[in-house]
Amino acid sequence: MKLFPVRGGIHPEYRKDRTSECAVVAMPMPRILYLPLQQHIGAPAEPVVQEGDLVKKGQLLARGQGVVSAPTHAPTSGRIGAIDRVTAPHPSGLPQLTIVLEADGRDEWGELAAPIADPFAAEPADIKARVAASGIVGLGGATFPSAVKLNLGTQHKLQILLLNGAECEPYLTCDDRVMREYAGEVIDGARIMAHALGTPRIVVGIESNKPQALEAMTKAASAFGNIAVVGVPVQYPMGSERHLCQAITGLETPARKLTADLGVVVHNVATARAVHHAVRFGRPLISRVVTVTGGAMADGRNVEVAIGTMVSELVAFCGGLREAPRRIVSGGPMMGAPLPSLEVPVVKGTSGVLALTAAETNDAPAGPCIRCGSCVTICPCGLSPVEMAPFIRKDNFEAAAGLGVMDCVSCGSCSYVCPSHIPLVHYFNYAKGSLNAADRDRRQQERIKTLAEAHNLRLEKAAEAKRQAAAAKKAQTESQATTP
Amino acid sequence: MFDLGPVYQSVGSLAAMGAALGAMLGAAAKFLAVEENPLELELAGLLPGSQCGQCGFVGCNQYAAALAKNEAPVTACAPGGKDVAEKLAKKLGVTADLSDHEDKGPRRAVIDEDLCIGCLRCVQECSTDAIVGAPKQMHTVLADNCHGCAKCFKVCPTEAIAMCKVPVTLGTWHWHKPAPALLH
Repeated sequence: MKLFPVRGGIHPEYRKDRTSECAVVAMPMPRILYLPLQQHIGAPAEPVVQEGDLVKKGQLLARGQGVVSAPTHAPTSGRIGAIDRVTAPHPSGLPQLTIVLEADGRDEWGELAAPIADPFAAEPADIKARVAASGIVGLGGATFPSAVKLNLGTQHKLQILLLNGAECEPYLTCDDRVMREYAGEVIDGARIMAHALGTPRIVVGIESNKPQALEAMTKAASAFGNIAVVGVPVQYPMGSERHLCQAITGLETPARKLTADLGVVVHNVATARAVHHAVRFGRPLISRVVTVTGGAMADGRNVEVAIGTMVSELVAFCGGLREAPRRIVSGGPMMGAPLPSLEVPVVKGTSGVLALTAAETNDAPAGPCIRCGSCVTICPCGLSPVEMAPFIRKDNFEAAAGLGVMDCVSCGSCSYVCPSHIPLVHYFNYAKGSLNAADRDRRQQERIKTLAEAHNLRLEKAAEAKRQAAAAKKAQTESQATTP
Repeated sequence: MFDLGPVYQSVGSLAAMGAALGAMLGAAAKFLAVEENPLELELAGLLPGSQCGQCGFVGCNQYAAALAKNEAPVTACAPGGKDVAEKLAKKLGVTADLSDHEDKGPRRAVIDEDLCIGCLRCVQECSTDAIVGAPKQMHTVLADNCHGCAKCFKVCPTEAIAMCKVPVTLGTWHWHKPAPALLH
């Protein structure tokens, strides 16, 4: 298959070899699980259980609220200990509402949804409903509810389901292992998703530094004529859906548009496997494969872990820490989020847990910009970090927005290449957050204005009604007085 | 051959009518124009627009008009607080003394249910209908509709209303500004 060049990008040291040969091992069920209500993009889930309830494995604990949301299920059987505020696996370290599940050790399955025997004869709407009810979100780390993405076919004319097995982040090997060990499940899930979307073709994009995964997936896909497994160049951020789409189709996704506008929908390989489980067996998303590695870890592993397991227990299962880590990261080192501590739960979007040493992190103080232009050369979005950062330093967000800061995908390539160690992507995240906050304020102000206008209108109407009533009463008394 | 006379006539008469009417409209726009100060509109856009009246003017537009004429201080907007005062000062190019305007951040009214006696005073005072309640029944604030003008806080006879900071959530949190570069 012909591939197309993608602009910019970097070639970091991949450091995947420590875990790439570690087969996925299942971790024993921990005693207590912590299930945050917000593990996805969109509205938080709403609990349907109360403290003290006994639940079975796979039972619904919290349902999705609104269009963009996802439910949460019990990863094991047990008792709901509390619904309380627990530190979120988020760089802010803020607490969020979390269901605490005390496992009873029996790990008994509850009643599951009936398997869909022949998904390719089923209505696409039924598949989407099953994916939505199973709490499946994008497992690459973005955690966007997958059912919403499966609905894109209703508004767009779709050609290709692009399965993202690029895994361009250094250290991470969980998708690699999933493709090698569960290739059949991934391909089946992908075919089900393509049926729900109505796409005639499936393309699996895998970075060519994973030859075994390429081989396993090619073998699993060989029985089906409409699936192409493609080795894409090793170039960070190839796993970004816009860039993978460009490498495969040659089309660049326009700013503020979706790949669906080009007829392409991108899903992660692990998401496809979760769809397979949900449709074929009725099993909701209650566990995922996580890569645990980093220089500060005694041992690196790929672990199938129940959602809600404390990161500290996961680290202990992998042999504990060799030295005090400089930083704990959830996800990959380029785009992952630093964790406030080890006492946070694994959530649906946790693709990796990295315990990094000081040598693996870059804490060098930022120096002055020498205007070398490296960041412009490597920016995969065609932006100009060297121009945007000074505006943001002066809090001139409008000027930065004019240069396209909202189109930045936060891949971090600019920070990686900057010889002065300027935290460029940090500036852009700060600008994007501030612009979004300003936008929220503007909407709130408009809302208040509308409410105030409605309030005044209501008062005027009431006053008018009073005046009319008084006039009518006066007229009545006058007419009574004149009639003898 | 067609006779083109009527065509020229109609084209000519329509063109003449268009020109005459256009000239009339142009003249009307010039001589009958309602005078609007663009600065006033811009200033009104910066104000909360809830017409709470705590600045001493009838509503936000009147306050904006007074500001444009330099007849009112930029620090008068109670719900806007320091943030709005700073924006107004920047727009008007004046320096305002904001020392007694501590940055309180956005706030929302919260009713202590144990202290509320159901007197309805706050409900009547609210300019965005953000408080719901009935006589002798407990009242409550619809958080999304409240903009923190604190008018209810001032009239509550039992001090049941507190102005609480809007908490930062996972949805509203964002990265702080990076530390500035070292200059060698």
